[in-house]
Amino acid sequence: MIFKGKAHKYYDNIDTDVIIPARYLNTSDPNELAKRCLEDLDKEFVNKVQKGDILVAGRNFGCGSSREHAPIAIKACGVSCVVAKSFARIFYRNAVNIGLPIVECEEAVDGIETGDEVEVDLATGSIRNLTKNKEFKAKPFPEFMQNIMKAGGLIEFVKGELKKDA
Amino acid sequence: MSKPMTMSQKILAYHAGKEYVEPGDLIFANVDLVLGNDVTTPVAIKEFEKIGVDKVFDKDKIAIVPDHFTPNKDIKSAQQCKMVREFAKKYEITNYFEVGEMGIEHALLPEKGLVVPGDLVIGADSHTCTYGALGSFSTGIGSTDMACAMATGKCWFKVPEAIKFVLYGKKTGWTSGKDIILHIIGMIGVDGALYKSMEYTGEGLKSLSMDDRFTIANMAIEAGAKNGIFEVDEKTIEYVKQHSTKPYKIFKADEDAEYSEVYEIDITKIRPTVAFPHLPENTKTIDEITEKIYIDQVVIGSCTNGRIEDLRIAAKILKGRKVKKGLRCIIFPATQNIYKQALKEGLIEIFIDAGCVVSTPTCGPCLGGHMGILADGEKALATTNRNFVGRMGHPNSEVYLSSPAIAAASAVLGYIGSPEELGMKGDEE
Repeated sequence: MIFKGKAHKYYDNIDTDVIIPARYLNTSDPNELAKRCLEDLDKEFVNKVQKGDILVAGRNFGCGSSREHAPIAIKACGVSCVVAKSFARIFYRNAVNIGLPIVECEEAVDGIETGDEVEVDLATGSIRNLTKNKEFKAKPFPEFMQNIMKAGGLIEFVKGELKKDA
Repeated sequence: MSKPMTMSQKILAYHAGKEYVEPGDLIFANVDLVLGNDVTTPVAIKEFEKIGVDKVFDKDKIAIVPDHFTPNKDIKSAQQCKMVREFAKKYEITNYFEVGEMGIEHALLPEKGLVVPGDLVIGADSHTCTYGALGSFSTGIGSTDMACAMATGKCWFKVPEAIKFVLYGKKTGWTSGKDIILHIIGMIGVDGALYKSMEYTGEGLKSLSMDDRFTIANMAIEAGAKNGIFEVDEKTIEYVKQHSTKPYKIFKADEDAEYSEVYEIDITKIRPTVAFPHLPENTKTIDEITEKIYIDQVVIGSCTNGRIEDLRIAAKILKGRKVKKGLRCIIFPATQNIYKQALKEGLIEIFIDAGCVVSTPTCGPCLGGHMGILADGEKALATTNRNFVGRMGHPNSEVYLSSPAIAAASAVLGYIGSPEELGMKGDEE
């Protein structure tokens, strides 16, 4: 899985309340959620983001609530992949479970600016900043999680497991 | 002889049917309870239906509590609650709690005896970590996890490393469980326990009530932790016997279990602590706040501090006093039982006489849902757990976090201050 797009970079501790404020959680429609993605952090984000773009952030991305609406909103607004220094754990598992690719890499985050063209190869863990001609190496995705991603998310994975048991 | 393990490792190993699990291991484990609310369950229902099973794994081991936008704040939330209610009916979910019998989920489940020591609990709400106070492994997950667990009774886990907090000494003055956890988050930061377990032990636990422990475990997520867990003692057992008939199992950490860090904390020295906007780690003790921070709203309640002891402390301070003119003080008992107990003890009358408004249980104001939304530029002091940008309303509003004692005193003062400023000394037993 290779993703290529323009980077949108933000800072540390981007929480689920700014990713998708609770006032919009009276719906779970991905398209509705996508319209409000990151609204309290950057009102222009949803207008700027284009299909395939890459979200880049600092430490502890997605901290706070368990709301799966957060990764759903990010995925639905066209973001192909999130690169951060670290992820909050519930966000991490939610992203894996719904099949939103996420990559942890400190050096890459430090070496990418908003507007840079970035390419991420999930299989090899390679992150390339095409604008600045730099390459970074992320920790490999554990096989267990690759299997969930390959299945297309946890639901498909569990369906497969249930079939095996039957 | 198996290798030494922490409390969390032991509970996870037991539920995965293994003798030993190591931090970093990825496992599937059987869960004792799966929780969801009116915000997270609708997403879970959609996912559950994709799996294609015709029943849930165990109708007695799922709890659904519509508490975020209830009583329904608008048509969309009413639709969401309807969806949840119909799901609960269709699959005969035993522990579905409707308005009138419900409460804020994390106060309600222990009160109903649904969680006991040794349980493995997952909930599609980040503050599910609250039940660690009972010596269970409980952690927040998302809706897809909830859906899969409702179908299979299992969830995947990465076994966490643990940080050990050895508490000693006794609480003094107005210090409460809330001050201890704010102190800890201030010390290690909002990602200080990222992916890890926070284990509490030491003779200092003796001076902590169960309500203190629920508050401390509740905010483990605010340090990034997977779970917070307390060693089980007589107080835990007494609480469980009063609330539950479920069999329980005590898992004690091995003496030589490995921890990534060990902190020794003298709780005698912890002073009332306030978290400043916009992160729970931005803490100052009440003595370090030199400027007067005037506030527009005080909120006392939530899954963090809406329990009976919290209301008793607030009432003690508000009794015979008035909320500062121009300030709104909103009080939320966390469950119907707590509400009733507060009525019996005359606390509700004290609140109303002081000029507070008392609400039915709801998570509403804590997450900027309803019942206390802040306008542009307003400041609130809340006993809730988060003070992120826009948490309680307008993105230009500010939330400060504190204990019920500080919140109640501040409601009277009009600015953030301590009951000591009102001439009240804290209890020293």
